[in-house]
Amino acid sequence: MQLTVWTYEGPPHVGAMRVATGMTGVHYVLHAPQGDTYADLLFTMIERRDARPPVTYTTFQARDLGTDTAELLQSAIRDAYERFQPAAMLVGASCTAELIQDDPAGLAKALDLPIPVINLDLPSYQRKENWGAAETFYALVRTLADTSVVRGPLAGRRPVANLLGPTALGFRHRDDVVEITKLLGQLGVDVGVVAPMGASPADLARLGAADCNIVLYPETGDTTARWLEKTFGQPMIKTVPMGYGATCDFSREVAAACGVDPEPVIAANGSRLPWYSRSVDSTYLTAKRVFIFGDASHAVAAARVASEEMGFEVVGLGCYNREFARDLRDAAKLYGVEPLITDDYLAVEEAIAAAHPELVLGTQMERHIAKRLRIPCAVISAPVHVQDFPARYSPVMGFEGANVLFDTWVHPLVMGLEEHLLTMFRDDFEFNDAAGASHLGGHGAAEAIAVPVAANDPATVDEIAWTPAATKELGKIPFFVRGKARRNTEKFAAERGLAAIDLDTLYDAKSHYAR
Amino acid sequence: MSVAVVDRPVAASLPPVLRERGQREVFCGLTGIIWLHRKIQDAFFLVVGSRTCAHLLQSAAGVMVFAEPRFATAIIEERDLAGLADANEELDRVVDRLLARRPEIKLLFLVGSCPSEVIKLDLSRAASRLEAKHAPRTRILNYSGSGIETTFTQGEDACLAALVPSMPAAPAGAPASLMIVGALPDVVEDQFRRTFADLGIPAVFTLPPRRAADLAPVGPNTRFLLAQPFLGDTAAALEDRGATHLPALFPFGVEGTTAWLRAAAAAFKIDPAHFDRVVAPGRERAARAISRHRAVLTGKTIFFFPDSQLEVPLARFLAQELGMVPVEVGTPYLHRAHLVHELAALPTGTQLSEGQDVDRQLDRARAYRPDLAVCGLGLANPLEKLGITTKWSIELVFSPVHGFDQAGDLAELFARPLNRRDRLAV
Repeated sequence: MQLTVWTYEGPPHVGAMRVATGMTGVHYVLHAPQGDTYADLLFTMIERRDARPPVTYTTFQARDLGTDTAELLQSAIRDAYERFQPAAMLVGASCTAELIQDDPAGLAKALDLPIPVINLDLPSYQRKENWGAAETFYALVRTLADTSVVRGPLAGRRPVANLLGPTALGFRHRDDVVEITKLLGQLGVDVGVVAPMGASPADLARLGAADCNIVLYPETGDTTARWLEKTFGQPMIKTVPMGYGATCDFSREVAAACGVDPEPVIAANGSRLPWYSRSVDSTYLTAKRVFIFGDASHAVAAARVASEEMGFEVVGLGCYNREFARDLRDAAKLYGVEPLITDDYLAVEEAIAAAHPELVLGTQMERHIAKRLRIPCAVISAPVHVQDFPARYSPVMGFEGANVLFDTWVHPLVMGLEEHLLTMFRDDFEFNDAAGASHLGGHGAAEAIAVPVAANDPATVDEIAWTPAATKELGKIPFFVRGKARRNTEKFAAERGLAAIDLDTLYDAKSHYAR
Repeated sequence: MSVAVVDRPVAASLPPVLRERGQREVFCGLTGIIWLHRKIQDAFFLVVGSRTCAHLLQSAAGVMVFAEPRFATAIIEERDLAGLADANEELDRVVDRLLARRPEIKLLFLVGSCPSEVIKLDLSRAASRLEAKHAPRTRILNYSGSGIETTFTQGEDACLAALVPSMPAAPAGAPASLMIVGALPDVVEDQFRRTFADLGIPAVFTLPPRRAADLAPVGPNTRFLLAQPFLGDTAAALEDRGATHLPALFPFGVEGTTAWLRAAAAAFKIDPAHFDRVVAPGRERAARAISRHRAVLTGKTIFFFPDSQLEVPLARFLAQELGMVPVEVGTPYLHRAHLVHELAALPTGTQLSEGQDVDRQLDRARAYRPDLAVCGLGLANPLEKLGITTKWSIELVFSPVHGFDQAGDLAELFARPLNRRDRLAV
């Protein structure tokens, strides 16, 4: 058993719902008790969808157990087929139904429906949402892709690429697909099929006709893209085009697979990020300490942007999906940080508190954490909140996506001169770091909530006393580095066998640890 | 998969009931934790369930609250099911870790879920075992919020029923006391306490209490009012302890609140003239506040999808005091005994439905095209897209709506979507 306060991923059948809801012409019959219908609100409320997800739940009750849950499932499949007339159907079980072992596959087969019926075997007690989405997409493509499709030579026609991975309820998937489709168009590449989002079963049949597969979201698209590569010999484009540099790399990778010249498009791109980052007012961003956590693909891509394009210092990097832990570990090496691979919210909170970042780039969960610790935060990854579906066009991929990242990450920070004024006049009763950034209206907010991590930290030495003057001086250090300054000073004092920390110790330690 | 039966009315006054058994689009009883964990300030709710349970709580809560929760999920994993780990030992370990982290917790509920029920994990034995270990610092109780047994607000019923055996026995010969049963917003609870004090009813207790240590005494001299219509098991448990239920309309609107207060006043033999004097200002304020919304609501048709079991009392209030026309009043479960006064006060011929077949019910809603549909979060936007104005039913459970001083707010909750529809020019 795992003690969980908040969870980064839902169960695997929610991943399957994200695939089914993103597509057209697919219906999902889910053997599940009534409470599982909550999942509909993820789509109708968080994503503001104007139609119910194409999901029928059997909603069996205690009195049905051991009597006729199988019959209930079979009639649900039959009724759903008659009412919704889908072109393909998914059948599966949620966690509770998995325990009662009603054999959805066999029951569905016995009905002999005139459409493909795909059984989803998603082990709820082992796997999670992203895996469920990837597996569902793969099962659909395995069943529906027409393996007799043969594509002609590239010469004399525009190359074609599929966009794989976007789903319903994805973080900015809606706008990323538009942005990348536009970029491909500029490169002279047509989009064949976008899937799962927007695809019908008939669209999946013609996946093999494209020249390459772009894996926009490896979490959901990677398994399928590998199978397509093996089956149709289609190369996979693996660079996730998030950030300026990654978008340039992506353009070159696509161009190589499609036999086009990317350089004119790259040269003419309209991204403002490079200049905005180089303009002198951005100097204050230099070496800002940033902690990054999310799904592996978004976290890794964000780390590159943070480091190379914003000039931040990556002080923490982690992901919640173990399936892609290797990619994250490789990236963590690049930035010299310990990779944090966990889906334990409390462990993430502890790691953030210990790293004393000045900015957190995370998920909705890290917004909770950052709010508690009073650290600025921007969201870069699912799990999502209603605010992550903005009304405006807001991709995070492609050249426009790079602009969006610049704005989104800079917005929560205390800016330029204001930061200096805060440092200079720390005692100002209405203008201090505890009050927050003035442009965010944070005045009068409470002090950060302490997270008990110092107790585990070997660098903390409790016996050394601080003189009142030194304690007061410590309070003048910006709150996000105050913890570190305290630990460094105490370590410095302990190493020298000092009995107390006074003003001199504080400044001696400062010069000792100065970079 | 659907079975629809039209019940013959048992009494001439009981409206016809359409009973349906198909797909239900409702929350499970775990959802009650979202408000219960704020109401009992030193209680913690540990769901023993699956990742789905944890995801439900955070999704239901994530739409609405953004605060440090006093609930968590012990997620059952493959190794617990495969027998590689003893589920009971695992649970003990999780509880130890939790109580070490949150030492201020005085009452811990182990909350059963669909998977824990199906694998027959005995949480009542686990609770006694763990209580022996953690007493007297923490009391440990259990109830089931599983979706195979409970619907949405029934989770609160199960939770409160689980508290009843722990309530101290009122000493024999104790003076008569009044208990308000059902989690109410603190502000409403305080208003009712003031009214009962003004009426001259001295000993007033609430279930649940705000602090675990304040569990009310119960005994043959306890009279209780149900503040919510979904508390069947809790009422039965209190009656088992000798307490007497005071049946009444539920305290929504002028008439509901008056009748509810009067039931207590009559039981405590309060002089009717004194009663009238005490409630007159509240009645006037409520009537005035409600009247502001009458123009918008009168004559408008309303369709209730089943959700919280509040549907029948709310339909009664909206019909009786605001002139709305209920075209279908769906409820997950119709507690005929507790609703007897409510059903009698509904307009003649109101179509009731119990249970659900959501696709067929949506067909009916499309056919009726009501002016307002009251439904859960999963259905609201799809209905809006069809041009049917909606009211999220969950707000009715999350807002102060009981009593005289909230009657206007309650009316406003129904008027707001219609006002909004009229305002918008896009």
